[in-house]
Amino acid sequence: MAKTIDEIKERIKKGQVVVVTAEEMIDLVDKEGIKKAARKVDVVTTATFGPMCSSGIFINFGHSSPKIKVEKVWLNEVPAYAGLAAVDVYLGATELQERDPANRVYPGEFRYGGGHVIEDLVAGKDINLKATAYGTDCYPRKELETMVNIKDLNEVTLFNPRNGYQNYNVAVNTSDRVIYTYMGLLEPHLGNANYCSAGQLSPLLNDPLYEVIGIGTRIFLGGGVGYIAWWGTQHNPGVGRGDNEVPRVEAGTMATIGDAKMMNPKYLRGTSMRGYGVTLSVGLGVPIPVLNERVAKFTAVRDEEIYAPIVDYGREANQFLGEVNYKQLRSGKVIIKGKEVSTGGISSYKRAREIAGILKKWIKEGKFFLTQPVAKFPGKESEYVFRPLRERR
Amino acid sequence: MAKRTLVLRFPPHLVNEAITYRLVKDYGLAINILSARVKPQEEGNVVIGVEGEKTKIEEGVDYLKRLGVKIQPLVQDILWNQEECTHCTLCIPLCPTEAFILNRESMEVSFDKERCIACGLCVKVCPYHALELLLG
Repeated sequence: MAKTIDEIKERIKKGQVVVVTAEEMIDLVDKEGIKKAARKVDVVTTATFGPMCSSGIFINFGHSSPKIKVEKVWLNEVPAYAGLAAVDVYLGATELQERDPANRVYPGEFRYGGGHVIEDLVAGKDINLKATAYGTDCYPRKELETMVNIKDLNEVTLFNPRNGYQNYNVAVNTSDRVIYTYMGLLEPHLGNANYCSAGQLSPLLNDPLYEVIGIGTRIFLGGGVGYIAWWGTQHNPGVGRGDNEVPRVEAGTMATIGDAKMMNPKYLRGTSMRGYGVTLSVGLGVPIPVLNERVAKFTAVRDEEIYAPIVDYGREANQFLGEVNYKQLRSGKVIIKGKEVSTGGISSYKRAREIAGILKKWIKEGKFFLTQPVAKFPGKESEYVFRPLRERR
Repeated sequence: MAKRTLVLRFPPHLVNEAITYRLVKDYGLAINILSARVKPQEEGNVVIGVEGEKTKIEEGVDYLKRLGVKIQPLVQDILWNQEECTHCTLCIPLCPTEAFILNRESMEVSFDKERCIACGLCVKVCPYHALELLLG
């Protein structure tokens, strides 16, 4: 028996809604079967927490007197983009602080950057704002330096062009030296294997064909409420999939948006990857309405049914070394080329579980209502592909 | 009872000496080998935790010095700031003494200071600055 989102919303209002996390859904389907679980459960909550480089904030900091049309801007000495209207700026998560030695002292520490400014701002700390301009008749001011606080700024909108990758590589290194990557420190000769997905809890792995998650889906974003704004950059639905439709490599992505003033720094963490750079770790939670048995079946996907490719980051060609599933990865040891290798996570499963629990609570308490997506992501039959750059003159 | 963590470096000719055995047998010390790099024909490098009567530890240290073992106290210390930790588990495969423990049920990381040899590798890899190397 199929349900509608309106019916689920009505049940939330009446306090009758049945919500489980994606982990609990696995147990329920185990015990009662897909049919019964589909009838019983209205919403499955999914979540993830990990570094998501394609993240940032739009800020409008208000007009000074006299006015300035900002040409260059820095927040705590981290440059932001000012090529917008007078006092609108965008600060990206991976931007380095001015004079950061980067990898000139290898491997660079990257202690503070865009992601950290976002965390500090959301935490309510005062931030140093510096701006310069060329000056116009209508905006005569050429310099500005002041402290600002999130509560005094007009809009602080988190907008992340790419979040929540559906599956990801497992990174290893077969070379003879230690390498520092966005997947962490990789020891030589298969010294460790790092992975980055919440697996069975991860949003898009629970809706592998983007049938219920779409543009306009209301979500948990950075501790507050946000929305899926669009599909994410590098969205790549046409990749190889298992019989369960779960992609076996990096595939779908989503762009997210939300009011950073309502967010919590616990779920928006400035992140420093040694030898690589700075980024922002984002907490993301997506509710999946269990509209029918098909959705129920997809949300019952388990770690052992989700495979990720093992990729050698120690060679330029990024050679493929086989596949492992998330149950093996989370057990702590995997076998690669006959060698037992210890695994490390980049995405925090504990945090993901926590977020799925919070979202479940919000829905049960009638504080969070599901939305009907207004449009769908390009699907696997759509011919939408992620292209490499073709260089030309 | 006293406890100390010692870094021992010994020259190649001592590699075949039963040093641990003597420390246990002659001085009544409980020895916990935290890290060991011992190869024939090379200088050995061992980090041990010793537990026993204070005077016995001193006597044991004297014995090692007489043999020609260079001894350094472990002067560094790792501070794990639990509040900053996101339990991502990046440190888990890298820690040489398994001082970070991951509960596979709760997926929660904990830190066993007793096992830590303060090598500082975790400080390097922690993306959230949850670890600090304190110099003694």
